[in-house]
Amino acid sequence: MRIVLNKSDRRAGLPAPETLADLLAGESGVLTDMDLPEPDARRLMELGFLPGSVIVAARSAPGGDPRVYRVEGTEFALRGETAKHIRLDASSVVRAAEEGR
Amino acid sequence: MSASPSSSSCHGCPVAALPVGAHHRVVGLVGPPNSGKSTLFNRLTGLRQKVANYPGVTVEERRGRARLDGDTEVVLIDLPGVYSLTPRSEDERVTRDVLAGEMAGQQRPDAILLILDSTNLKRHLVLAAPVLALGLPTLVVLNMADELESRGGSVDPAALAEQLGAPVALVSASKGDGIETVLDFLNGAVGVPRALDLPTLADVPKCRQWAVRVGDGAGYAAPAPPVWTRRLDAVFLHPVAGPIVFLAVVVAVFQTIFSAARPVMDLVDAGVRASGAWVGSLLPASALRSLLVEGIWGGVGSVLVFLPQILILFLFIGLLEDSGYLARAALIADRTMRKAGLQGKSFLPLLSAYACAVPAVLASRTIENKRDRIATILIAPFMTCSARLPVYTLIIAAFIPERPLVGPFLGTRAAAMLGLYVLGFLAAFGTARLLKSSVLKSDGSPFLLEMPPYRRPTLRQVLLRMYDRSKIFLRRAGTVILGVAVVLWVLAHLPLSAGQMPQVSNSVAGTLGRALEPLVRPLGFDWKIAIGLVTSLAAREVIVGTLGTLYGMDHAAGTAGLQAALRHDLTPGGAVALLVFFAFAMQCLSTVAVVRRETNGWRWPAVQFAYMTLLAYSGALVANRVVTLLLG
Repeated sequence: MRIVLNKSDRRAGLPAPETLADLLAGESGVLTDMDLPEPDARRLMELGFLPGSVIVAARSAPGGDPRVYRVEGTEFALRGETAKHIRLDASSVVRAAEEGR
Repeated sequence: MSASPSSSSCHGCPVAALPVGAHHRVVGLVGPPNSGKSTLFNRLTGLRQKVANYPGVTVEERRGRARLDGDTEVVLIDLPGVYSLTPRSEDERVTRDVLAGEMAGQQRPDAILLILDSTNLKRHLVLAAPVLALGLPTLVVLNMADELESRGGSVDPAALAEQLGAPVALVSASKGDGIETVLDFLNGAVGVPRALDLPTLADVPKCRQWAVRVGDGAGYAAPAPPVWTRRLDAVFLHPVAGPIVFLAVVVAVFQTIFSAARPVMDLVDAGVRASGAWVGSLLPASALRSLLVEGIWGGVGSVLVFLPQILILFLFIGLLEDSGYLARAALIADRTMRKAGLQGKSFLPLLSAYACAVPAVLASRTIENKRDRIATILIAPFMTCSARLPVYTLIIAAFIPERPLVGPFLGTRAAAMLGLYVLGFLAAFGTARLLKSSVLKSDGSPFLLEMPPYRRPTLRQVLLRMYDRSKIFLRRAGTVILGVAVVLWVLAHLPLSAGQMPQVSNSVAGTLGRALEPLVRPLGFDWKIAIGLVTSLAAREVIVGTLGTLYGMDHAAGTAGLQAALRHDLTPGGAVALLVFFAFAMQCLSTVAVVRRETNGWRWPAVQFAYMTLLAYSGALVANRVVTLLLG
């Protein structure tokens, strides 16, 4: 219950997260699809950004861009311009453990 | 099953000896970036390696020889790190072509060492499918076994070998654990991979499912998250502490390559001079002695003097890259570099360029994206390198009276110097924007930076890197610079008149300077400066010595006399024009030689030289006109 409250506090005033770029540090979501050219999507899939994968938003450069995303224990930094083309299942977005930030 | 480094022969797969023909057996090392491939390569080959470029591309080819039982040797090729064999980047194309035997002038490897990071096994196993599908004898090397164990993960190599139909070795390349299995494989007893029911390689999700199934089948337990990496990132990527640490690292690198290298460079310089003088004292005064001492010795010296900076820079790069901090620094710098159309990884080479463009160009190797790398190489010489300082100091001291500008903090001369740094930076920034919006426009591939866990750099790795970078520099750049130094000596010392060498002003270089005078007259330069511009093609600071010679000043007389002579010959407009010219022009053949090597051809260095000279000429022209107008 407290977690849900925290989540809504943090998200107050923000639209529901639809893409990777909308995730706040420490949140995670399940990837649905990518609106990127085929070779780029393929490269990201090779790295583990697959439909169904859980992606955690971790720390970022000052200013929030680029941001580090964690997928299956490996970390990759993506720019916002790429992250906004990677869509999430909005209902899957949760705050991950504090350690995961 | 514990994860202690152990080995496993492949149960049930046929064992065959590698064909031993007349040629050395060639084994290719394949693996994703950050799998520790180069560490294993260095472990197996030590100093018996050489680095060159693949023909026609800028991708580096690292070859080495591993000594085995008896006197046999096997040739190892460290192929560029790849995430897949889909030829998308230049690196991947090279790796794929070499493995498929389609690389011109390159023999197809007889066997493969596939290096995978055991702490990231499920992701890295995806590469196993296309590599095993090649049908070459393959040893799957699960690297970083020590880290897997310390973080509580485990894998059963025997079970994995069974799953993959190829032998598997669990090793720690940095510690050397488990290397015997790799040597056994290289020695010849190898399993030919069994035909597997491999997934359709084009279908990434299917490959992924396959990798997960294989990993599960081998009892793979992923290690716990790297606790220390999270803790360190909490500091290094902290919104406030992160940039402070970043700046501290930048200042430390800058300070060390800029000033701490100075005494060592002076020492090298003094050593070269002293040995040159000694050689000179053994020979009678003759053209030969002059060629040997001033031409060859001086030429070699001008190369050797960069060596301390290169060693120190690559010590830093080694520590930063191997520790994992370089990826964080690139992340922090990305936003700023993006404004110039570049990316985070360009920042370290550009920072090094403030000391010297030569190591900076070599440092651009850390940028995988080819267009970004070439753009970085092309703008690096605009950064105010240390060779410009003697020229700037001389002209500023001669023409700008020292007056306080901002209280006691900033004088007019320091402000002028600072202005020249800004000028160089703006030229670099503008040129980057120009390049990145035209010929080197990004191919649209997303910026993707893997954040490896922090690791302790090993001395061996760092020293090997310093060794091979300096070897490349000395051999490749050295030969070109030596040739050019000899040519310039000839230009400055011929034609002989009555068996005597001419004054510089009567030499071929002098004649060239006089011929150039009409061309540089609009900039406010006379024939003496024109000769200086010709001789300083070798290296910027050479103009100071040339002008000294032309004005009949002895080196020992100091620069006070030279300053007075310059004030007599140059208008203030011409002086400012000269400063601007040196800020922009690529008066450095060492850089030209290194750019040629690193871009694998004359095209980019030619474009760069022409562009910078044109910019220098027009900049100097405008500066001369404006200053003359303002003061007149």
